[in-house]
Amino acid sequence: MSEFDFHGLTASFEGQRVIGPLSFQVSEGEHIALVGKSGAGKSTLIKVIYERLQQQASLIPQGLGLVNALPVFHNVFIGQLDQHPTWYNTLTLLRPFSKDKKAVKALLDELSISEKLWIPAAALSGGQRQRVAIARALYRQAPILLADEPISALDGPMAHTALTLLTGRFNTSIVALHDVEMALAYCDRIIGIQDGQIALDEPAANLVASDIASIY
Amino acid sequence: MFAYPTVRTSFIFLAIALAGLLVADIAITTANPWQDLGRLFWGVVTPNFFSTEGLLTALLRTVAFAFVGVALGSVCGFALSLVYRFLPVRMFCAFIRSIHELFWALIFLQFFGFHPLTGVLAIAIPYAGIFAKVYSEIFEESDPEPSRLLPPGTRSIPAFLYTKIPDCWVQLRTYTAYRLECGMRSSAILGFVGLPTLGFYLESSFSQGLYSDAGAMLVLFYILIATMPLWVRPKLLPAYVLAAPFFLGDGMPIIWGNVKRFFTEDIVPAPIRNGEGLVGLSEWMGDVWINEALPGIWNTVVLTQIALVATGILSLLAFPLISRHFGGPVRRTSGHILLVIARSTPEYILAYILLQLWGPSMLPAVVALALHNGGIIGHLIGRQTNTIQLRPDAPTGLSRYSWELVPRVYRSFLAFLFYRWEIIMRETAILGILGIYTLGFYVDSAIQNIRFDRAMVLILITALLNIGVDALGRYIRRKLALKTMPTC
Repeated sequence: MSEFDFHGLTASFEGQRVIGPLSFQVSEGEHIALVGKSGAGKSTLIKVIYERLQQQASLIPQGLGLVNALPVFHNVFIGQLDQHPTWYNTLTLLRPFSKDKKAVKALLDELSISEKLWIPAAALSGGQRQRVAIARALYRQAPILLADEPISALDGPMAHTALTLLTGRFNTSIVALHDVEMALAYCDRIIGIQDGQIALDEPAANLVASDIASIY
Repeated sequence: MFAYPTVRTSFIFLAIALAGLLVADIAITTANPWQDLGRLFWGVVTPNFFSTEGLLTALLRTVAFAFVGVALGSVCGFALSLVYRFLPVRMFCAFIRSIHELFWALIFLQFFGFHPLTGVLAIAIPYAGIFAKVYSEIFEESDPEPSRLLPPGTRSIPAFLYTKIPDCWVQLRTYTAYRLECGMRSSAILGFVGLPTLGFYLESSFSQGLYSDAGAMLVLFYILIATMPLWVRPKLLPAYVLAAPFFLGDGMPIIWGNVKRFFTEDIVPAPIRNGEGLVGLSEWMGDVWINEALPGIWNTVVLTQIALVATGILSLLAFPLISRHFGGPVRRTSGHILLVIARSTPEYILAYILLQLWGPSMLPAVVALALHNGGIIGHLIGRQTNTIQLRPDAPTGLSRYSWELVPRVYRSFLAFLFYRWEIIMRETAILGILGIYTLGFYVDSAIQNIRFDRAMVLILITALLNIGVDALGRYIRRKLALKTMPTC
């Protein structure tokens, strides 16, 4: 079984150490939730891991990173730009191919947002934007998912749908979540971050919500 | 009040301008300046659109040269903006944009003659330098996050097309459209050196005293600029750009022998051409420096500083004209019209007209520069005050102006002013062609005397002076922490 070995992860901000040094291993097939109070360093840790993986991951950053002027379709298609030659991508920008349209639409259907296919990302609400970023991550099909609060703007049922999709389609995932119940329900390992250090690292099965409260 | 660095800086510049006034040559030398001005106004009020069929042709050529020049400039500028991070590219762009369109035209005239290429390149080259700088600034300010998220194997062209272009598209379009308007002005004044655009007909009508003909040209030019949003539509743009090259006129054929002679003989400094060696060269350089460059630089700097402060004062006086915090709709509408006229008249044409009316001195140049640039800055500041919400019990009248509005817009006012400093200097130098003793005067006389070697040295000196002032302006804006997006 292949492993991701994260060793000696650190990050500094204005000369102040905000993360680590911390190390941990991730086995293939694991779904990890990063929990901790805001400011603990979850977002920074996700960023550091993304850099360590040399971008070989599907990333959903907190800012989402959508191209506001582009329609939803292109914001999702952008996840596979490396799969096609330049002429194909350029043509797609002007007039998408029908097989790509079908694939992207199917994905958006699962997130109940396919009617927005040709709407510019700038015109979407916060929750809709988040779903587009989720669709982009799914479309990219990287071996591992890194997500920073991917369901923060979604309502209850949609949050469940999104997390089911993300943990189902990605073999391995590391997701920062502030919702402890969701973390326990969808992930099999919980890593608690406190002051830039690992304060807790347990299988989800061994924990209940109150165990995690101590690091908040 | 002097505790504020912005106020201190303003007063230093004011003092420099006042000192400049003492040494500057400011006078009205014509016998009947007001009578001529009256005749000109009468000409504008009674325009004669039907005197010559040349008028419409001139208008068409003006538009055609603007479209071809700006299109070529924006394509080249776009290409340069992609490699703008390299220092040699930045230096190259700074250099080509520091030389005024009219100087480029004067250079190309010497070897291409009155071929359309002269006018096209005269606009395209400096504009390419400006486009490169502004486009690259726009790209730099785009959101970097989407490109960070791209899968690693993504090629650079799709990455650019998907993440940068859509994000910057609106700004690129707005700026290019704005530059097209500037291109119309540049194209019009190219007529003053003999190209078949509006300036040519304006000059000939004026010299024959045909004020109604001149008035018709000015009126048509304002209509042309003011209606641009109506007839320059994104859908029609490709058609315009493709058609424009066919409306440049034939001009004169290029004589390639002239091109060769220009580069191998004309611009080679005389002492080298005559084999007088280094001693001859240094004597020649000393002569150019003392008799032409130094007086030219001195007059250019003095005139620039006076015009800069005059521009500032005029902008501060003009912005209430269009501010919604003062007066009613009638005043504001007439204010808008006044400022549109002030800023769409090229300073060169204004200076030319005033020079005809008042006779040669620095005065027409100062007034022309202040009117044009004050119109632009007054418009921008006035528009900015319209976004300010005053408390309901805010004072009115002069107290509202001096206590509520000026303090709030003063920083951006200074930012615009220092941004235009270099532009004012570039124009000041070029106004010399009209007979004011700035650098352009010495360049023009050198060309008249067929001493292209001297002209080239003087143009180089002018370019360096502009680059220097641009750097100083940026330094001051950074020191005072003034920020502005490019507007011209």
